[in-house]
Amino acid sequence: MIPEQTDGEDAWRPSSRELERRDVRRSLRRRSLAVATVATVVFFVAVWVVTVSSPGWPTVEATFFSGHDARAAMPSIWHAFWRYNVLLFLLGEALILVLAMVVALVRQSRTPLLLPLRIVAIVYTDLFRGIPTILLVFMLAFGMPALNLQGITNSLFFWGLVALVLSYGAYVAEVIRSGIESVHPSQIASADALGLTRFQAMRYVVVPQGVRRVIPPLLNDFVSLQKDTALVGAAGLFDAMFAARDYANFYFNFTPYTVVAGYFIVLTIPLARLTDHLQHRAMERERQGAR
Amino acid sequence: MSRDAALPDASALLEVRDLRKSYGDNVVLRDIDLTVQPHDVICLIGSSGSGKSTLLRCLNLLEEIDDGVISFAGREISDPRIDRREVRRHIGMVFQSYNLFPHLTVLDNCTLAPRRVHGVPKAEAEERARDLLARFGLADQAEKHPDRMSGGQQQRAALVRALCTRPTLLLLDEITAALDPELVGEVLTIVRELAEQGTTMILATHEMAFARDIATTVCFLDEGRILEHGPPAEILSSPREERTRRFLARVLPQT
Repeated sequence: MIPEQTDGEDAWRPSSRELERRDVRRSLRRRSLAVATVATVVFFVAVWVVTVSSPGWPTVEATFFSGHDARAAMPSIWHAFWRYNVLLFLLGEALILVLAMVVALVRQSRTPLLLPLRIVAIVYTDLFRGIPTILLVFMLAFGMPALNLQGITNSLFFWGLVALVLSYGAYVAEVIRSGIESVHPSQIASADALGLTRFQAMRYVVVPQGVRRVIPPLLNDFVSLQKDTALVGAAGLFDAMFAARDYANFYFNFTPYTVVAGYFIVLTIPLARLTDHLQHRAMERERQGAR
Repeated sequence: MSRDAALPDASALLEVRDLRKSYGDNVVLRDIDLTVQPHDVICLIGSSGSGKSTLLRCLNLLEEIDDGVISFAGREISDPRIDRREVRRHIGMVFQSYNLFPHLTVLDNCTLAPRRVHGVPKAEAEERARDLLARFGLADQAEKHPDRMSGGQQQRAALVRALCTRPTLLLLDEITAALDPELVGEVLTIVRELAEQGTTMILATHEMAFARDIATTVCFLDEGRILEHGPPAEILSSPREERTRRFLARVLPQT
């Protein structure tokens, strides 16, 4: 859209060719809008029809999509979801970012003094990325209390959180490190040239650029973490998944699982849109020619 | 260059009439008229922000224009229905900051478009690229990645990349602006060679001496207008406009 020009000195009126061209552009836009609309509607109607007309649909509907059971199971699932899953994931995300950043920076460092820490960081990422998260949850949630150590909590929530942080910290550290390494060496050179210390160069120049590049995979890991909070339910924490299983086992209806799925999706989508928006804004601000 | 020509010039390779380009309220180009005959070398001069780069970007349809008509080889290319890729097959462009693909070797940079866009077989595309690289003194650089080379080498490689598709028109956007004087000479020698071979070019440049040497026409841009244009001897030695005189006084070496 071109705003009307109003300055007196340069009273520009679009030429007839330009007006004609705008009409063409408008009709091209209308055409692509129409194509998009028709394609979308046809696609989703087709998916719907195929699903609903399948022979087993009535059974599936009654077992997974029963309105009555959804309403009945919702309050306890909702409560457990907020009380445990959301809290686990919010706390976990903050702790993971801190841990992962430290590990990534330590692995990047070339200071001789930090060599022992580098070894620890490498062993940590290698080890904890390799262990299935659910095993880690079991080992910590059951193993730590079994040690009978004084002053150590037996809280399932606590050990579940620690397991998730350790497991995801290793993944996220590698993601952040790949971002840091993707920043061109000339950036470090120009930070050096300005007299910044290595740490300052990392803190103000390299990390901000590197992290921005890996935001999509980071988001991926966090969405994955949100879902994996349900693993703590497997160790016995009464989270949303446990609440759903409770209901499903009692009433022989799987609808509560659908409800849980719905909650997880609702939690994820706003986060995805927010990061998309932030990325797009940064792109427009910093890059010429970005649209 | 014939601003008052009522009829479109049939022999012209590129013809621009009343071109206007704005970003929101900011009008960056207005009333631009430009005719480029085959074998012309048009130099766009003017201070930074006068619209030289934007004009070049408009010409190969990287920017959507707000008014006016651009014709290339007798066809209006400012029509929204035109296939931009088809137009760009015939126009080469070199950017101020090289814009080579850092993940490809020089040779791969130079053969990408010929092979993927123009359908030239690999062996032929590579032969063509190696020939040009050798001509421009880059024979031993073909397997290197761009980041490993000096600025002058990179810019020459970028020129080779543009030439490998055998464009009918070459757009050069201040290609020496990021180079030191010695490297400037290196790149300009090549551009001069191209001009002597009859390559049709439009180039934005700050090298006045160079413009005087090779241009068939010099256009002085100021605040988005072509304030005056003509043979280099005329524009650079006895400009009509006061604004042009002031600009030249600042950029021409004092004698």
